Amino acid sequence: MSANVNTSLPLEYQTEQSRLNILGFWIFLGAEIVLFATLFATYSVLKARYAGGPTPNDLFEIKGILTETILLLTSSFTCGLAIFEMRRNNRNGLVAWMIVTLLLGAGFVFMEITEFINYVHEGATMQTSAFLSSFFVLLGTHGLHVSMGIGWATMIIIQLIRRGLTPTTARKTFIIGLYWHFLDVVWIFIFTFVYLARMVG
Amino acid sequence: MKSKKGFLISFMALIPMLFLSGCDTHMVVFEPKGPAAREILGLINWSLVLMLLVVVVVFGLFGYIIWKYRDRPERKDYEPPEEHGSTALEITWTVIPILIVIALTIPTVKSIYNLEKVPKGYENKKPITINVTSADWKWIFSYPEQGIETVNYVNIPAGTPVKFKLTSAGTMQSFWVPALGGQKYTMNKMETQLYLTADKPGEFLGRNTNFNGRGYADMEFTVEAQSPQKFKKWIEEVKNTAPKLTEKKYESLLDPTHLGRLTFNGTHLAWVDHGKMDSKTYLNPEKYRVHGYQGQIFKDEDTSKNKNKKDEAMNMDGHSMDGMDMKGEKDGGGH
Amino acid sequence: MDILLGSIQWNEILMGGDPLIVGSQIAIGLTMLGILAGLTFFKKWSWLWREWLTTVDHKRIGIMYILAGVLMFFRGGMDGILMKVQTLTPEEKFLNAQHYNEIFTTHGVIMILFMAMPFLIGLMNVVIPLQIGARDVAFPQLNALSFWLFFVGAMLFNISFVIGGSPDAGWTAYFPLAGKEFSPGIGNNYYAVAIQIAGIGTLMTGINFIVTILKMRAKGMTLLKMPMFSWTSLITSIIIVAAFPIFTVALALMTFDRIFGTHFFTISGGGMDMMWVNLFWLWGHPEVYIVVLPAFGMFSEVIATFSRKSLFGYKSMVGSIVGIAFLSMLVWVHHFFTMGAGPAVNSIFSITTMMIAIPTGVKMFNWLFTMRKGRIQFTTAMLWALAFVPNFVIGGVTGVMLAMGAADYQYHNTLFLVAHFHYVLIPGVVFAVFAGLYYWWPKMFGHMLNEKLGKIHFWFFVIGFNLTFMPMFFLGLKGAVRRSYTFSVESGFAPLFLVSGIGAFILAIGFGAFCYNIYWSARYADRNISNDPWDARTLEWATATPVQHYNFAKVPEVKSLDAFWHMKKNKVSLDISEDELEEIHMPSNSGQPIIMASIIGVAGFFLVFEWKIAALIAAVGILVGLIVRSFDYNDGYHVHIDEIKKTESKWRKVTKGVNNNVG
Repeated sequence: MSANVNTSLPLEYQTEQSRLNILGFWIFLGAEIVLFATLFATYSVLKARYAGGPTPNDLFEIKGILTETILLLTSSFTCGLAIFEMRRNNRNGLVAWMIVTLLLGAGFVFMEITEFINYVHEGATMQTSAFLSSFFVLLGTHGLHVSMGIGWATMIIIQLIRRGLTPTTARKTFIIGLYWHFLDVVWIFIFTFVYLARMVG
Repeated sequence: MKSKKGFLISFMALIPMLFLSGCDTHMVVFEPKGPAAREILGLINWSLVLMLLVVVVVFGLFGYIIWKYRDRPERKDYEPPEEHGSTALEITWTVIPILIVIALTIPTVKSIYNLEKVPKGYENKKPITINVTSADWKWIFSYPEQGIETVNYVNIPAGTPVKFKLTSAGTMQSFWVPALGGQKYTMNKMETQLYLTADKPGEFLGRNTNFNGRGYADMEFTVEAQSPQKFKKWIEEVKNTAPKLTEKKYESLLDPTHLGRLTFNGTHLAWVDHGKMDSKTYLNPEKYRVHGYQGQIFKDEDTSKNKNKKDEAMNMDGHSMDGMDMKGEKDGGGH
Repeated sequence: MDILLGSIQWNEILMGGDPLIVGSQIAIGLTMLGILAGLTFFKKWSWLWREWLTTVDHKRIGIMYILAGVLMFFRGGMDGILMKVQTLTPEEKFLNAQHYNEIFTTHGVIMILFMAMPFLIGLMNVVIPLQIGARDVAFPQLNALSFWLFFVGAMLFNISFVIGGSPDAGWTAYFPLAGKEFSPGIGNNYYAVAIQIAGIGTLMTGINFIVTILKMRAKGMTLLKMPMFSWTSLITSIIIVAAFPIFTVALALMTFDRIFGTHFFTISGGGMDMMWVNLFWLWGHPEVYIVVLPAFGMFSEVIATFSRKSLFGYKSMVGSIVGIAFLSMLVWVHHFFTMGAGPAVNSIFSITTMMIAIPTGVKMFNWLFTMRKGRIQFTTAMLWALAFVPNFVIGGVTGVMLAMGAADYQYHNTLFLVAHFHYVLIPGVVFAVFAGLYYWWPKMFGHMLNEKLGKIHFWFFVIGFNLTFMPMFFLGLKGAVRRSYTFSVESGFAPLFLVSGIGAFILAIGFGAFCYNIYWSARYADRNISNDPWDARTLEWATATPVQHYNFAKVPEVKSLDAFWHMKKNKVSLDISEDELEEIHMPSNSGQPIIMASIIGVAGFFLVFEWKIAALIAAVGILVGLIVRSFDYNDGYHVHIDEIKKTESKWRKVTKGVNNNVG
């Protein structure tokens, strides 16, 4: 609540309210972990219930999925670079790396939407079978998170440009960084359990 | 002082209640008519003893403490001592509940396992199998060994263990004959099993306990345990007199309706066993419409839409459904 | 218009035909008109907007939660009474099966999610920041959003019975019954969407309170010097964060199944109906502890205060709530032992369930021994806490009986079960809420609730409660099942059902006395009371009554458990000198939460009616709201020292204690 500034800490931790926000966001990520865990559990229960519809072997193509993975993993790396620039108090570097991150993220979302459209053209919609329902909802939830992240980060970039690096904008940037890395981790699980395990198996 | 009197009053309220119900104090759970129900009752009685003990101790302590330490004019100046706890006491009331839980756990686990088997004393009797299919809002009993089917009543030979194979044609129900034993759910595309045995001939009420829509309240059936001779005679009689169960007739049984007792020759297991993972789904959402704003119904959920539109086309549709069914089987085999 | 909303048939949207429903429609319409007219006539619109609708003050938000709770208690109670009238005599024709199904469904949902939750979260809101010596919660504006989401969700759920049709698949909404395959109306869409909206609000409350309690405690208040209610609220918030996302997902999947035709829980297309049951209870069982733990905390505060002793076995109390919270995640299967999951599974979950009795027993004895050697004052608040002990023991021992897997095969889905959970939830939650309200009422409103009316409320409620639910144990053992709208003459259930029905009316009279008490006390009660009318023990009593908007002019330093009690004992003065006063930073009011929640409510309403494009357009509004919030840099304001001086000197003069005349 108090506006006291403690300058011995990193910029994003300097005000009391920032410290509260960051802790709150960690707890929110805890809730997000439960949310995705539930979706994963749902998927693993329904993953073999094809109801006569297409199976993973009929649908998945490794090339596109690998590209998606590389895009998102790289974006997580550039997001790390952005936070690194923030610590060096280099606003322009921060903004530049954030924009790269978002472009990579947008590339991921574009690839994913293309993938989904292909599936739908092959007659695999979320109404087709329990397997596809759980597949589309799990991946769709992740994709929606990434899209929301892009929109949110755009807002923060605008604020960075307009207001410069302040304790508040630094905190906001730091939090979106946490969010972005979290989504990356979720994708690693999706890649492993939804794609890799099904294509090998 | 007021307080304690109040509790006495509220608990004494129970006594007239028992008198009120004096004309009929039968509690079916306490009057078992078969080994499974008896096994459960033994467990219930044991838990009642221990729980009564807990209740007596806590109520006694509670009454004593609030009586003794209540605020009275002569205690106005009494200042309660600073007291933060007592390790010994706290350990005591941690250990005692642990002991009680252990005392309850062991017989519970034993009973859970016993109830999944042919009951003791009946091991040398060959069990008969009856398939139970629940539908909205009736019970369908198929005797695969005897080749007959009944609706809303089931006759069983007394003194013989019966293996009920439970499944549902649609919503989830729970199959319960309290005089003979506990209940189990019936679920579509899943099969559960329940052993029940009647000691002696008699008639028992069974019902669904799991809410499944408008017709739920009346979803009852009767179980009649008959002497083996009478049971055999009944089977013969049904075989000679009852109409044959056709697929078309069976599908009409699955409509959401209330039916009386029905008896058929042959069982529906010949063409569908709802307990199988890949069995055909019978749906009829249009017939579940109630008042209010109507939502959209999705195509594949309305498997019998055409049938409802034109009753006279039913026969033809029946054929096409046969085709679908075969296709389904082929798919099932593929996995 | 057609593209947006499809072809609308107004006779289907506005429910008609049933005189009960038409009557309620007219009553609701007239009440709304009355409120709007009244607000306009007395020129209260801007006051309402400024002081309440846009407030971010935790105390006011708490009060709004509590008012909503009273309202919802009334609605849920009406449902209960209607059910009891319908089963007063065998083969009663008062309601038909469909109507009865809708009523017990809304009764369950409203009582758990829209009555118990707001009461508890409301009391947490009012009390927790005060009890830990904070000026507000960590995220005041988020807190307001939580409230408005809850409120919008509750209202959306409540209009279902006059607009479009109520959910009718039970509060558990088991699939496949709750799916489109067997419930093609939109009633269950209300369930999926309205609870989702309220649930997201609750999740944010959970996050908010974890941060508040962990980070904003007064100087010197270590975790083990924290009052018990704060402890239970912390643990409850943690369970909320761990369990509510599961329900969020389950409800979202239900929405997909019902509105977009997916196959999660359907019986066609490879769906799995039992997955709903598992997900529901993975949330549902912890939910029971979410409501019951803060209640335990309130009892702890009330019992300690009115026994004039510190809580017995504080550390084992903390240990046992942590234990209960942990076990609460491991018992969900006991809600469906009869599913046939196999004896090993049933055995394990029998054991974990019975283990909950251990920490609960520890708490029970600690409460009893808190009272031992005390000087027990029978205030209304204390009476509720006292009544809790024996009644909850009955709920607890029957719970242990139900936990025994094999025995459960005979109790499951009977009225024995219904009696059990009412014996847990009513003494465990409702009694606690009443205890808490009577206890903390002066903190909220600056006057006490009338003790005499309180005792009338108490006796009617407790006796009515026992008369209503005790017969249900026996009915269950006689074979009466839950959710059945009627029973036959031959069943022999009639006398017990009659007693139970009469009990419900006595219970209702008790609730009526409570409502009258609120009204009476608001009009006539003595306003001239001190900051500490009960001679209590914790920090919320160390500041004004009613509490000034910044809570504390100077946050007291905590040296021990029961900090305020020890301050009084050690004659530490609450007085502050003028040079100790500093400007206080406070958050500004904001209209964003209520506007945002309203947009979400509109989107939800469209979704319920499956008007997808309209819902999508409304969803754009949500995005706009998020963007506005992102660019909002309002940093609050400072309370000026002069204002603090004025406020503080006012309450510090009042010394009259009411404590003397309540014993």
